[in-house]
Amino acid sequence: MLAYRAGAPILVREFLADVARVGAAFGGGGNVLNVCVDRYRFAAGLAAALAAGKVSLLPSTRTPEVIAHLKRFAPDAVCLTDEDDCDVELPQVHFPEPPAREPARESPFTAPVPRIEAGQRAAWVFTSGSTGTPVPHEKTFGRLLDCMAVEAERLGLTPHVSHAIVATVPPQHMYGFEASVLLPLASGNALTAERPFYPADICSVLAGVPRPRVLITTPIHLRALVAANLAIPDIDLIVSATAPLSGQLAADVEQRCRTRLLEIYGTTETGSIAVRRTTETAEWRLWPEVTFESRGEETWARGGHVEQPTRMCDVIEVVDRGRFLLHGRLADLVNIAGKRSSLAYLNHQLNSIPGVLDGAFFHCDAAGDAAVSRVGACAVAPGLDAAAITAELRRRVDPVFLPRPLLLVASLPRTSAGKLPQEALRSLAAAQPKPARAV
Amino acid sequence: MSDNVSSLRQPAGSAGITALTRELAGLIVAALNLEVPAADIGPDQPLYGEGLGLDSIDILEIALVVSKQYGVQLRADSEDNERIFASLRHLAEYVNAHRTK
Repeated sequence: MLAYRAGAPILVREFLADVARVGAAFGGGGNVLNVCVDRYRFAAGLAAALAAGKVSLLPSTRTPEVIAHLKRFAPDAVCLTDEDDCDVELPQVHFPEPPAREPARESPFTAPVPRIEAGQRAAWVFTSGSTGTPVPHEKTFGRLLDCMAVEAERLGLTPHVSHAIVATVPPQHMYGFEASVLLPLASGNALTAERPFYPADICSVLAGVPRPRVLITTPIHLRALVAANLAIPDIDLIVSATAPLSGQLAADVEQRCRTRLLEIYGTTETGSIAVRRTTETAEWRLWPEVTFESRGEETWARGGHVEQPTRMCDVIEVVDRGRFLLHGRLADLVNIAGKRSSLAYLNHQLNSIPGVLDGAFFHCDAAGDAAVSRVGACAVAPGLDAAAITAELRRRVDPVFLPRPLLLVASLPRTSAGKLPQEALRSLAAAQPKPARAV
Repeated sequence: MSDNVSSLRQPAGSAGITALTRELAGLIVAALNLEVPAADIGPDQPLYGEGLGLDSIDILEIALVVSKQYGVQLRADSEDNERIFASLRHLAEYVNAHRTK
């Protein structure tokens, strides 16, 4: 059993046939932007790229600005898509469906299992950087598998038992790429093609696959799931990442779903590196071969599957070897629903808009029990209105980073030293008459 | 959640839909802490993307409010989800047709 779609199993031999078919459709070129929405098709596209020695490109978002950058980064890139109205401006390869499913299953033909070298570059993943240019990070096949071997063990997935892994996160995001695609492929478990969104969808996809079931999700989806008054099918393990869970929500989830909830900590650059059971401890347990080292105020991760020593964007307190506490993000980091950016990057994009003379983003205070805290921005742009600035930003940054509010001001509250305190921006925003935003 | 929506119980005519539209606008503004007054959200203004500028995180939040207030569980696979969120009016029509409270 390799996967489920609409509750129906897809066997390894069907997968191998699909991988061969996708490989034949690729043509030349060494890079593939795999935007398949269906997780099974994404996985087949990934495997076909690996078998053909091609590199999968995993940008953090697909705004026109980012696609333009990808074209410069990898001029031969094609876009593998399973949607008819895909608007990515790259040469498109449509996911080739088999002529009919049933004969494939009956066929004695089995495509050979491709052999992939551990050192082969499997993917480029991108972070937003701080200067307007996405920063590429290499992922080699062997290290991705090494990370997944530890993950399967740390999540307590019983060997030789096929878990059905259901995920609410996209396969293109590093967390979903690992936990919902690589993990099942590497550990002999089954992925699920669907990406359920609403609580009712999550329940119905779970109900459609056999136990043991694993749900790969985020605090946002979990909050909605426990709040919805639904009969939640039995779940054998829930995994959450992208933002730390509150102890209260973790306890609610475990109680409502009658299961274990584990949180994964990681970054795009490092992949998953730590896990904790939130209802038992605040301490994270690092992967055994990964270590943290302090460099002044910063914490760097290295070792194990981590490709390059990586500066962490969180304030980390190492408790002892292999255990640590998180104390929030570094001031510049922006993380909204698992999409990461930095104030420096967002400011760069805002100030790149013709007509914006000065502008700065700021962290909004989380309001009440809102699912996420957003960013706001102040801009000095005589002659532009908020709607025009928002439209320009929409071309450049992921929609989750669009400022709420976006305020047009006469000048930014810089100190005499030229600094722009976050608090001054928030105060300025709070003092503005409402509403000043684009609607 | 209040239960004082009995005047709107189904099936609502076009006047009922209009009232439900206003009620939903108020719920959305409150749930999402939007800065725009509820009265300024036009019934045919797109909620997603270019219009009101909502994203999928907001849509999940609205789904939560709609399930609590009206007993409607939104499903991405059963209905044309983009159509439901095309505008406040579409959302109101969907809620009106499927509400259980």
